[in-house]
Amino acid sequence: MKDDFEKLLDQQPEKEPEPQERPALRDIPVREELVPRTVTAPDGQEIRIDPLQDYYCQAGPTVQTPAYTRIIEDLFNWARAESLWILGFGTGCGAIEMRPLMTPRFDAYRYGIQWRPTPRQANLLVISGYLSVKTLKRAIRSYEQMQNPKYVVGLGSCTINGGMYWDSYNTIKRLDDYLPVDLYITGCMPRPEALLQGFDDLKKLIRAGKAEGANKYAENFERYKTNQKRVIKDWDMPDYSW
Amino acid sequence: MSFEWIMIPYSLLTLFIVINYGLLLTALMQKIGARVGRRHGIPIWQNYIDLLKNYSIRSSITHGVMFYLGPVFRLTGGVGLLLFVPTIFGSEMFSNLSFAGDLILALYFIFFGSLGMALGAGESGHPHSAIGVSRGLSQVTTSELPFALAVFAVALQYQTLSVNDIVAAQQGGVMNWTLFTNPLAVAAAMLSFLGSMMRPPFDVVLAPQEIPIGPPTEYHSSYLALMQTNRVIFPIAKMVVYMNLFFGGAASWPVFFLKIFLIYFFSLFIGVVFPRFRVEQSVRWFLIWAMPLGIAAILVV
Repeated sequence: MKDDFEKLLDQQPEKEPEPQERPALRDIPVREELVPRTVTAPDGQEIRIDPLQDYYCQAGPTVQTPAYTRIIEDLFNWARAESLWILGFGTGCGAIEMRPLMTPRFDAYRYGIQWRPTPRQANLLVISGYLSVKTLKRAIRSYEQMQNPKYVVGLGSCTINGGMYWDSYNTIKRLDDYLPVDLYITGCMPRPEALLQGFDDLKKLIRAGKAEGANKYAENFERYKTNQKRVIKDWDMPDYSW
Repeated sequence: MSFEWIMIPYSLLTLFIVINYGLLLTALMQKIGARVGRRHGIPIWQNYIDLLKNYSIRSSITHGVMFYLGPVFRLTGGVGLLLFVPTIFGSEMFSNLSFAGDLILALYFIFFGSLGMALGAGESGHPHSAIGVSRGLSQVTTSELPFALAVFAVALQYQTLSVNDIVAAQQGGVMNWTLFTNPLAVAAAMLSFLGSMMRPPFDVVLAPQEIPIGPPTEYHSSYLALMQTNRVIFPIAKMVVYMNLFFGGAASWPVFFLKIFLIYFFSLFIGVVFPRFRVEQSVRWFLIWAMPLGIAAILVV
């Protein structure tokens, strides 16, 4: 009996290591570029590539504490509040209400609000209106690529309770289940003035140090992922997009 | 030129003044551009806040060593260009580290940042960066040609490669400026100037409305802040070269501020009037309109 056990111990290192695959991931067809494959290098060496393991970082988000003294953190919060860079990503019909903000009539630039075309540089994600499941997938990837601290504003009734899409099979009902929302702007549609008022309220939250959505997301990462995967049936992307 | 230690704090003082002036001037130019579009525009201190905000971002990710070095190279290009060219003519304090052959070094530094940026953006692996870099390098290369020709024309005209001597030769009245003694070279250089200021009609490389902002697509937080710092230093440093070569230099800070403002305003003025070129259009434009002027300038001299 003991010998058998030792034999088993000896064998173990030679055993094929179990690939750490997410069960949910393998149930659905993976996109072609993410399928594990073997590539032959020019010198004849064969390389095994699993894109989801090799091309993406496996670590989840971490809580980033404000590591400075209070007065410096306050200064930083003031700077963050006065320089809101919105990701130029319109998810629903509400995006049409953001355009007037860039033009002479409302001109949000004078309040330090700008639109950036890449999630890396943006720190505010405005979910503008209803969010279909297909768009939610993109919104999650965009949100995760933004850098801490980052804020989410839900625009319109659809982000609060589904709004007029309350019984739709294809839209999410409560945005807060999937992304940490700092502020809602109600209305269907909210006027540009309401948006400006909302951004002003968000500035107050940031200045008070209460807009810590990114850390909330990191702390409750499992819960958010469970919720996201519950609605996104074709989850064919890494769990966390850096 | 003999080196003395006091030159280092003097140069740092120049850098400090130029950074602050650049931050305010860039915002002012954006404001003027906004007013043309009947907008109010950003607050004049917005650039300071954006810079502080980007330095205060808590997390950042890297794509490799060159990704780190890209913004550093870019900043080196801007600061180096500024420090090796005399800012204020005839001032012991603000002549910086200029020396006899600084014109050649300045030409090199103007291109240095773009190359570093190309390597850094290339390593970020984002396809938009790669497209931005290839667009940017082809446009900058063709816009550099007329400028290089104009610089050679000016160097031939004054028989020196020292920026200080060129400024000295232009003293004694407006009519002594290169602008009037060699108008062809100045015309070629000013056309080339439009191409390097990243304003319309030559801003297809960085314009947010095009493929997402080109080379810096993946840059964020402190990296982006470094690049923003350079974006306020480099145009000023480049305009200092222009001011010294073509517009008689500056003998005091007020004159410096005024001339830099006017040179910058030239590119802004063109920018708000004309729509944007595609890259192949701008390359052709530089080769057809600016290059012959540069060649003519050399021939005339």
